[in-house]
Amino acid sequence: MAILDTSAQHVFKPPFTHYGLDAAYDEMFDAEGMPRPHYQALYQRLLELPAEELRRRQQAADLSFLHQGITFTVYGNEEGTERIFPYDLLPRILTSGEWETIERGLTQRITALNLFLKDIYHEGRILAAGVVPRELIYSCRHFCRQMRGLHVPRGIYISVVGTDLVRLADGRFVVLEDNLRVPSGVSYMLANRQVMKRVFPRLFSNYGVRPIDHYGQALLATLRALAPAQRPDPTIVLLTPGVYNSAYFEHTFLARQMGIELVEGRDLLVHDNLVYMRTTAGLRRVDVIYRRVDDDFLDPLTFRPDSFLGVAGLVNAYRAGNVALANAIGTGIADDKAIYAYVPTIIRYYLGEEPILPNVETYLLTDASQRRYVLEHLDELVVKAVGESGGYGMLIGPHSTAGQREEFRQRILANPRNYIAQPTLMLSRAPCFIDGQVEARHVDLRPYILYGDRITIVPGGLTRVALRRGSLVVNSSQGGGSKDTWVLYE
Amino acid sequence: MLSRVAENLYWMSRYLERAEHTARLIDVHLNLMLDQSPTSAVPRWGRLLASLQIPSTADVGDVYGLTQKLTFDLSNHNSIVACIAAARENARQVREQISSEMWEQLNRLFLQVKGASMDTIWNAQPHEFFHIVKEGSHLFQGITDSTMSHGEGWHFIQVGRFIERICATAALMDLYFSQFPDSQDQSVAARNYLEWVGFLKSCTAFEAYCKIYTASLRPGSMAEFLLLNPEFPRSIRFAADMIQAALHAIAESTGTREAGRVNRLAGRLRAALSFGQIDEIMAGGLHAYLEDIQRQCAQIHTAIYQIYITYPIESALAL
Repeated sequence: MAILDTSAQHVFKPPFTHYGLDAAYDEMFDAEGMPRPHYQALYQRLLELPAEELRRRQQAADLSFLHQGITFTVYGNEEGTERIFPYDLLPRILTSGEWETIERGLTQRITALNLFLKDIYHEGRILAAGVVPRELIYSCRHFCRQMRGLHVPRGIYISVVGTDLVRLADGRFVVLEDNLRVPSGVSYMLANRQVMKRVFPRLFSNYGVRPIDHYGQALLATLRALAPAQRPDPTIVLLTPGVYNSAYFEHTFLARQMGIELVEGRDLLVHDNLVYMRTTAGLRRVDVIYRRVDDDFLDPLTFRPDSFLGVAGLVNAYRAGNVALANAIGTGIADDKAIYAYVPTIIRYYLGEEPILPNVETYLLTDASQRRYVLEHLDELVVKAVGESGGYGMLIGPHSTAGQREEFRQRILANPRNYIAQPTLMLSRAPCFIDGQVEARHVDLRPYILYGDRITIVPGGLTRVALRRGSLVVNSSQGGGSKDTWVLYE
Repeated sequence: MLSRVAENLYWMSRYLERAEHTARLIDVHLNLMLDQSPTSAVPRWGRLLASLQIPSTADVGDVYGLTQKLTFDLSNHNSIVACIAAARENARQVREQISSEMWEQLNRLFLQVKGASMDTIWNAQPHEFFHIVKEGSHLFQGITDSTMSHGEGWHFIQVGRFIERICATAALMDLYFSQFPDSQDQSVAARNYLEWVGFLKSCTAFEAYCKIYTASLRPGSMAEFLLLNPEFPRSIRFAADMIQAALHAIAESTGTREAGRVNRLAGRLRAALSFGQIDEIMAGGLHAYLEDIQRQCAQIHTAIYQIYITYPIESALAL
């Protein structure tokens, strides 16, 4: 009788022949190379399908994105500025148990962050108690003086949130960062699902996947909750910077999903602190603005005077309570990467609960001893600028050159408040269809949280993939792609 | 509806109509070349350029260069590719207002023409390429009519298409009738027969004309058909009917007080064509008549802007 030699490296069958396991958590296989139970059916299907057939489906999916014009704009690239967001054919699957933890954890976190924003812009109790240092708040570029004492509808500052989660080697999900300003990507989540249903209809229907298609309706309800009480049939609009914005496709997509007008700054005007839009039937009053324009560009009278994207007088109308904005202005203070380090403390302070989703260990460079440690270990750590997003302004220690490390050392010493450091994380890996083979690539997860009458999270989110072999950077601007995310009923 | 959206829909439609018209003209002329005598080619292409209001600085003997200029040259804002790109750019700005099917069709057409190159279409079958453009435009119109609500936005699309059509048809007619002064009651001279067939085909009117007037091509009948026929979708009268109906519907749905002015302009144009007699028109001079029609279209265009798109804020607040 043959004895199985479990010590040898597991040998995978085609199309998994290039698949390997390493220290990172693998979403599909356990440490012995056996498919996890919830991936079993997908695994079987992949063994059965000829490589040619998989390739054909990948092409069909790519064409479908191109024809629908689901593209994003790459900055600083004259030729072919519109690109499709690379789509990976294979779904990322989460069990209902995994999702339940994520859902509870995010609900707790967003509730606390919203209370934090309200506190910061009113009494400042958390500062008076010395729980969060005052100077951290006032030195943040996204702190907005104009918001002090301003009452926002229902006390909701962050109506739409996208929080980035990663999965560590032990299988636990941790929060990498919160996006509380104008998070994007939700349209890819929805479009990925539509394409998936076309490409793998039978597999999809047999799997028992929880739907996400009601996101548009949930978003509309969230925005409606912000409307002034005396306006029973409010006019809600989506404010876009325009057709040259990298997320323009998403703006049109969401406006259509909700059946609301997509407006640009030049379509709106403010008269007597009321906001109107210019229509063929004359001017029409606007009650709620889902704005996808950054704070700085919203109102040239209050913020950057050179902005053509905003509406002159909008902030005064907002202050007068005649129009609601989602998200509120100045929410960037709570997703500053230095404030991030305090979120577990913030949760304990406002809710008296232990955080359900842990943070990544974070070094604050304003602290002398932490700074010393970081500067000695730059080759192991990831350094991030506190106000940046999209994978810009980062140093990934293990992949860096001595020159880059020296450059960051100087930058940190010049402005320690502007940087934080974290250990290099082993993001979990999931199977991806690459050049006719299935290979493992690092992934993260961005669920989308809506805060209206209550907190709603559609089951799933955007799974972003670092498509370059070995890369840990999932941002679309840095060679990332995405895949559909399935949350199972059982 | 947002004023900017109305504007985008209007231009989306106009640009696509323009691309279709140009594609048809080139296609017809390339086909005529098969029968050409050495002397006929140059005036034909000169006429084509003039009807598209392109200064004929180019060498009209260089058919390859001309076709390239009219089809792919992006510095020529009226080239087919430039028009389709402009139509798509307008559509892109109102994607949430049009149906997904419309956008996908326009985007597909754009990708098709952008992916083609002069050498590939010239060495294969140029006809096939222009056929793709015409068919793509027809498909878009069919999809528009069957997937978009026939509300205000759809009416702005109608107005754009038919204003563009009147302008193009009137310019083309004017050229042919001034260059071939055949007697209006007699069949055209045999040496000009192919040119007049080309004229009708440039308006997709050859078959429809023959059904009513037979294949005997008389200038008076052709003028009557393309000016005054109430049923043929490329006649000027048909287009004027459509414009008037669309503007009337827009005025109803917006309830704008000012709308009376633009409705009056459209109604006047329609009435003139409804009650016009071809012999009177010819006697009064076709050239002047066609110029007047184009001037009226320009007035309608301006009035649409003043009433629905760029109206002053003060007047709107006073309501």
